[in-house]
Amino acid sequence: MQTIPTVDTDKFNLAQTLEDWPQAGEGFAVPYSLFTEQDAYTAEQERIFRGDTWSFVALEQEIPEVGDFKSTFIGETPVIVMRDEEGGVNVVVNRCAHRGAKVCRSLRGNVPNLECVYHSWAYNLKGDLIGVPFRRGLKGNGGMPKDFDMKQHSLQSLRVEILNGLVFASFSSSVADLETYLGPMASAAIRRVFNRPIKILGDERQRIYGNWKLYAENTRDPYHASLLHLFHTTFGLYRSTQTGVSKMDDKRCHAMLTAKAGSSSAADDAEAYADQRAFNSEFTLKDPSLLKGRLEFEDEVTLVILALFPNLIVQQIANTLAVRQIVTYGPKEFELVWTSFGYVDDDAEMQDIRIKQNNLIGPAGLISMEDGEAVELVQDGIQSDQNNVSYIGMGGGRSEDADHLVTEGTIIGFWEFYQNIMSGERKV
Amino acid sequence: MPISNPSVTIDPTLQTEVSRFLASYAECIDTDRLEDWPEYFTDDCLYMLQSRENFDRGLPVSAIRCDSKGMLVDRIVSLRNANIFAEHFYRHVLSIPLIHSVDDDNIVVHTNYVVFQTLLDGASRTYSVGRYIDTLTRVAGELKFKEKIAVFDTNQIATLLVTPI
Ligand code: FES
Ligand SMILES: [Fe+2]
Repeated sequence: MQTIPTVDTDKFNLAQTLEDWPQAGEGFAVPYSLFTEQDAYTAEQERIFRGDTWSFVALEQEIPEVGDFKSTFIGETPVIVMRDEEGGVNVVVNRCAHRGAKVCRSLRGNVPNLECVYHSWAYNLKGDLIGVPFRRGLKGNGGMPKDFDMKQHSLQSLRVEILNGLVFASFSSSVADLETYLGPMASAAIRRVFNRPIKILGDERQRIYGNWKLYAENTRDPYHASLLHLFHTTFGLYRSTQTGVSKMDDKRCHAMLTAKAGSSSAADDAEAYADQRAFNSEFTLKDPSLLKGRLEFEDEVTLVILALFPNLIVQQIANTLAVRQIVTYGPKEFELVWTSFGYVDDDAEMQDIRIKQNNLIGPAGLISMEDGEAVELVQDGIQSDQNNVSYIGMGGGRSEDADHLVTEGTIIGFWEFYQNIMSGERKV
Repeated sequence: MPISNPSVTIDPTLQTEVSRFLASYAECIDTDRLEDWPEYFTDDCLYMLQSRENFDRGLPVSAIRCDSKGMLVDRIVSLRNANIFAEHFYRHVLSIPLIHSVDDDNIVVHTNYVVFQTLLDGASRTYSVGRYIDTLTRVAGELKFKEKIAVFDTNQIATLLVTPI
């Protein structure tokens, strides 16, 4: 831990924190205050979630029919994702153009149009205002002003782009198109998983009492995987001695971690984990059907964690396929929404495999539950001494790709991108 | 013979036996005797802990889904040896079990539950609220869960879930 020398007032100053980013010798440092300060959080909503980025909002499969809608969030801003009569997908801010009431009050459903309950203003499935009660008054009384123009009072609509069934939305009119934003690495990874029609298997909702960026770090951190999640080491599902790669797009905001099962030898493992707590590959399951699976991708990759800036993780762990969406609730709380899926053409056995393997993931997942705990341990640990910083150095302390998993390079990539976007030096 | 009218008389001995079985199940978890927890189930049981959101849509994803007693044992072995989580206590509070049907093999019973969780800082929070949809059967005269589906209303699992409900 090192102290930032430049901050001499108690008051947090975001601009100054970004500008005087602390140095950590060979490694990289992150000010604790960025995980706790409301000012940083508020600025992130504006510059990241409502800024020049694309946020995931839905899988197209969640709204297959005309009139289907889903309500969700971009950062903390409530939005509605809905399918119109032409089959298009529209994303609007869930806020009435009249006096700001939340228009859509259910999680999902099907409606011919949206209607605000407060004064019954009605909007079509594109978000255009189509009805205002008593607009011309009632028996000569009241009515909207003469120059009231319906077209000026639609729901705020966002840019929408869809890549292989993943729906993204943006508040920005200047951000590049989705595929340019994602870059070739992330686009290819999405096409690989979403290579044919999917079938949704259900959602899980996890509430984590920590800053959302701690989860962004966690999902860009292959270093912790075999050390924190002991189910891996115990059952040989995934180990750091396995072949894996950790890489980023050229903006270094998105990151992908991939690994192949069974590519490390028992001797390698014994050496790497010789003094590791609870490492014991003799551990056997009473019911090994849990680990029964199929090699379903030609590249034989069995683990993909694709972390997209700012709010999505696309996951393949063995035969579990899921997207995890981050929804923020202030600097010290976020929700993780896990949506698991298979393919429409899965045979019955394949579907059973996915459902059973779902025991491994999610908030009660045997190999994933600890991430919520890790985030909170850090959040709790950094509450005081806001002038201190964390230290990131595994793999050399630079934002570089690695052809191994003993690295924190992609976390540094995230932070360098964060510095740029938060200080207004747009790179997207 | 489904009995949907709760005024229909249930053999009071059976009602008492079912109530005691459920109370004993809850006590087993709350007193951290988790190694005994699988013993409340048949060998080919189904234990599902699922959100109401998925249950109502008929979707299969569950927080926990074990289709054998062996999987229940594995959950506990993992909890004791592999998983990392904050030390905590559970306190189950159950409603009166409502027996819905009784036939030669099965007793279908619904019970509401509340689980309070207390962490080491001493604060207790309402961790999970939901209902059990249970199918009980007898193995060598003793009641066991053939199927236990816990459907939770509390649709934000706080931090993580490791201890069964
Ligand atoms: S606030 Fe929506 S109609 Fe008035
Ligand atoms: Fe993890």
